[in-house]
Amino acid sequence: MKIGDKMFSSRLFTGTGKFNSNELMEEALLASGSELITVALKRVQHTLEDDLLRRVQHPHQNLLPNTSGARTAKEAVFAAQLSREAFQTNWLKLEIHPDPKYLMPDPIETLKAAEELVKEGFIVLPYIHADPVLCKRLEEVGVAAVMPLGSAIGSNKGLQTRSFLQMIIDQSTVPVVVDAGIGAPSHAAEAMEMGADAVLVNTAIAVSGNPVAMAAAFKMAVEAGRMAYEARLAQPREQAAASSPLTGFLNEL
Amino acid sequence: MSSETTYLDVFRQLDWDEVKQSIYAKTAADVRRALDKPVRDLEDFKALISPAAAPFLEEMAVMSNRLTQQRFGKAMNLYIPMYLSNECQNICTYCGFSLDVDIPRKTLSDAEIEAEARILLEKGYGHVLLVTGEANKTVGLDYFRNAIRLLKPYFSQLSMEVQPLDEAQYRILVEEGIYAVLVYQETYHERDYKLHHPKGKKSNFAYRLETPDRLGRAGVHKIGLGVLFGLEDWRTDTFFCASHLDYLEKKYWKTRYAMSFPRLRPCAGGVELKSVMSDRDLIQLICAYRIFNQEVELSMSTRESAIFRDHVIKLGITSISAESKTDPGGYSSPDVNLEQFEIDDDRSTTEFADVIRKAGYEPVFKDWDWALM
Repeated sequence: MKIGDKMFSSRLFTGTGKFNSNELMEEALLASGSELITVALKRVQHTLEDDLLRRVQHPHQNLLPNTSGARTAKEAVFAAQLSREAFQTNWLKLEIHPDPKYLMPDPIETLKAAEELVKEGFIVLPYIHADPVLCKRLEEVGVAAVMPLGSAIGSNKGLQTRSFLQMIIDQSTVPVVVDAGIGAPSHAAEAMEMGADAVLVNTAIAVSGNPVAMAAAFKMAVEAGRMAYEARLAQPREQAAASSPLTGFLNEL
Repeated sequence: MSSETTYLDVFRQLDWDEVKQSIYAKTAADVRRALDKPVRDLEDFKALISPAAAPFLEEMAVMSNRLTQQRFGKAMNLYIPMYLSNECQNICTYCGFSLDVDIPRKTLSDAEIEAEARILLEKGYGHVLLVTGEANKTVGLDYFRNAIRLLKPYFSQLSMEVQPLDEAQYRILVEEGIYAVLVYQETYHERDYKLHHPKGKKSNFAYRLETPDRLGRAGVHKIGLGVLFGLEDWRTDTFFCASHLDYLEKKYWKTRYAMSFPRLRPCAGGVELKSVMSDRDLIQLICAYRIFNQEVELSMSTRESAIFRDHVIKLGITSISAESKTDPGGYSSPDVNLEQFEIDDDRSTTEFADVIRKAGYEPVFKDWDWALM
């Protein structure tokens, strides 16, 4: 799978938040096989020597700084510029959630910031609600992928937005990464079976009883879900279809 | 709701005695229902802080632990207070800085502020809480602006716990870089409030009560609330504070909120406590807040004992201080005569960070960035 100018062999993206130690985070993220790892700019020192950042720079890993904490497009753009300078990457997970209670992304500010950042040469991956029209608008301004939510960040509630995610997947011309709300490997597999290009999982790994084992479980689930999607799933049926009561007479004519 | 409405309008519709009575009338069945619901309202909160909830403490603790980890992860934010001044024009019957308490008064100079900053930076802190009494002539807006400008290069987040200010002044301070403002109502019991604050600008109950509204309108990132436990019945006072939080969250929806739990500590000239809050009560309250509201930040200071703090970090607290000094200049040139109150847990930051790690949490010293202001 290709996003921007990079090829990814793992479709499991991860984050660095909520782990009980940086050591454990490093081990879990290695077990996940993840090649794209998001880090909140606000959590780290502005240098790649930061203890947390040092642990997510293995050769196969790419850093995806995020603007968590920004409430407006202006704040997010400023944070992005700083992040590009500090971490030497133009990749950015654009997060603007002015509502600290449910952390719902602001569609208007996100679109504004995305447009500006694309012009400035960023590879922009915006975190958004599962809004099919917004996804098309973001595509038009040139984002590299869209990241619609499955349910609220950290809620572990799975794909509450399932039917809207399906619309987004069906009509998107950029990769669709289902972000937020994925609480179990089965949720990740479900998103992949639906045709999502990737998923981003953080809380469900970090807060689990064994983050390293859980990361490995997510890795397998994402691979299984993708393989099932590519193999084309058999469709569920309401009843057995044995005869043709309405059109069977045609055979007798 | 018009923009001119404040919490005072909500407050005026509540009657202290009725609230108190309804809390004490809650039954085990009310508590059971509150615990089983997916979303809890203020009536459920009453049940959770009522005496009827006492037998449910372990269950509440398990729930609070789980809800906190889900939202905040296995991370604990660390902060440290920096007392800038102990000058104060108010009389507060319980406070070591009260005008009528005979202690030496001191306000830090630029050089002294920077001396403190260097020490706190050395200890690893990124989040600093600036604290003063209320002396508007010497420690007012200009003093705060200057302090913020001096301190910004050292830290990633500055908060303040100072006298209530006007909306326009808050706007300026937010612009200068203040992230959070903490203003405790002390007590929501209006008559007792007046007894405990007989003199000074602080004696104006309504002005203090409307401070979070002024902060919300000024666009501050975070507002800290709390009551001072010991002045009045803690359950009733807490209910009012939760109702205040509930009102603010709906009205100023872009703002974060934090709750603190100051229990009165011995201090120079201290008053006799009217209501004593036991350790068990405080745990019940912390868990009740978390079960009621999964997003509110819950904060703990060094007023509490080491053993209490070691356990409470698992029960819903999301931010905690260590090694605090409550005298201006206390880190670079300590003088116990200048203290607001005696702290209890005096372990070093390194020691306490180890305690946090052993409890299964990552101590976080930086969780904000000037780039986001």
